[in-house]
Amino acid sequence: MTVVRRPVEPLLWLAFSAGGVLAALLVPALLLLFGVAFPLGWLPAPGYPHLDAVVRHPLVRLVLFALCVLALFHAAHRLRYTVRDGLQLRRLSGLIDASCYGAALAGSAAAGYLLLAAG
Amino acid sequence: MADTITLEVARYRPEQEDEPTTQCYEIPMRREWTVLDGLNHVKDRLDGTLSFRWSCRMGICGSCGMTIDGDPVLACETFLTDHHPGPVRVEPLRNFPVIRDLVVELTDFMAKLPHVMPWLVADEPPPDTEYLQKPAEVDEYQQYSMCINCMLCYAACPVYGLERDFLGPALIALAQRYNLDSRDHGDHDRLEILSAPEGIWDCTFVGECSRACPKGVDPAGAIQRYKLEAAKRTVRSLLLPRGRR
Amino acid sequence: MTGYTGLYQRLYRPRVPILWWVRRRSYLLFVLRELSSVFVAWSVVYTLLLVHAVTAGERSYRGFLAWSARPQVLAVNVVALLFVLFHAVTWFALASRAVVVRVRGRRVPGVWIVAANYALWAVASAIVAWVVLR
Repeated sequence: MTVVRRPVEPLLWLAFSAGGVLAALLVPALLLLFGVAFPLGWLPAPGYPHLDAVVRHPLVRLVLFALCVLALFHAAHRLRYTVRDGLQLRRLSGLIDASCYGAALAGSAAAGYLLLAAG
Repeated sequence: MADTITLEVARYRPEQEDEPTTQCYEIPMRREWTVLDGLNHVKDRLDGTLSFRWSCRMGICGSCGMTIDGDPVLACETFLTDHHPGPVRVEPLRNFPVIRDLVVELTDFMAKLPHVMPWLVADEPPPDTEYLQKPAEVDEYQQYSMCINCMLCYAACPVYGLERDFLGPALIALAQRYNLDSRDHGDHDRLEILSAPEGIWDCTFVGECSRACPKGVDPAGAIQRYKLEAAKRTVRSLLLPRGRR
Repeated sequence: MTGYTGLYQRLYRPRVPILWWVRRRSYLLFVLRELSSVFVAWSVVYTLLLVHAVTAGERSYRGFLAWSARPQVLAVNVVALLFVLFHAVTWFALASRAVVVRVRGRRVPGVWIVAANYALWAVASAIVAWVVLR
């Protein structure tokens, strides 16, 4: 089998795709509930004990962690191409890539701390 | 229906101007006329200096690709009635250097063409008799073999306009046409060129190439399929020990 | 032939305008589709803030609820929701073209894959709602 010359690119694309799927499946419901429905009073916000138990559940934490990391890499990947092509900044693509994926890494670290280490 | 329609044609005559200009021609409005018929009317009756490429008049040769009212289309498949009452803006294909009027320069595509090895790569000599394929095996690649090299997908692709080194929609679809052919064994060799940054990874799935394609090839789909394939191979090559790849 | 080559070298090379994506509706939709990723990232940040608040105790959770009801935050979230929905719809439509699924050697038509995606979306959303509202 031929070795792919730049193995990073396919891996970043896989993370982008997985993040796209997870974000499409989970984020609309989450955002509809916590971003719109509860603040507007369409639905009563869940009580603290219940939500605390939900957030403490290991499976919920694992799913949320996967969602956060992959969705952040999804966003970094798309934004990298959009900034590069949309603003015609191919000369700066090194810098753009570093800041986009760097931000995704930082966000992932924060998610890891909040969901896996703390609490 | 009015009996005439105006064609606003982009002219570029390198011997007399540095930038394209617009020239208007009033032509008869006929129900059965395409823009190509209109251009030929101009060429025969009104202005013999207008340059454009055409040949078959039936969407097979792929010569008469132009930008008509902003869209990359074949002039022979674009009816005047669909652009009534006009004026109809006729420009050369986008993303290509212009040689003259509506004639664009395609050397870049021609130079890249052999890199994707658009032929059957065989490990062993072909059989003496016919090379038999099942209908299902033909179905696998037939869609991608319909390409007529009309360059509409390149004109539609914003990435190609920004990055000249990008292989582009038609060439990647063409590579897939051979990769998916049961008689071909060249996918390992093609992977190297396709998985370079200027290959599949430059594509952002705008999807305009597939919308522009007059033959239903779906180059955008071909590229995304190949991304998935290349990603699978990478994961396999990272996970499996060297011998079992 | 020199005359020909001389003129041949005077090719007109059009430039891509800096705002090329506002000139065509389909390009604009493409850029909006890509920019939905900004709101996906925002949703992640928002979710993490919620998790942080819940982990920190009941008072900070109440604080988060009050903060989320502020008009500015609400406005951002409404826009974000629209973009995230746009992401989901376009993603499901495009995924059916990248993925080739075979059942008994036959390629499953794209419509079926899109339908399966939507079914999965409904199930995932129902699970989220059940876990949160139960």
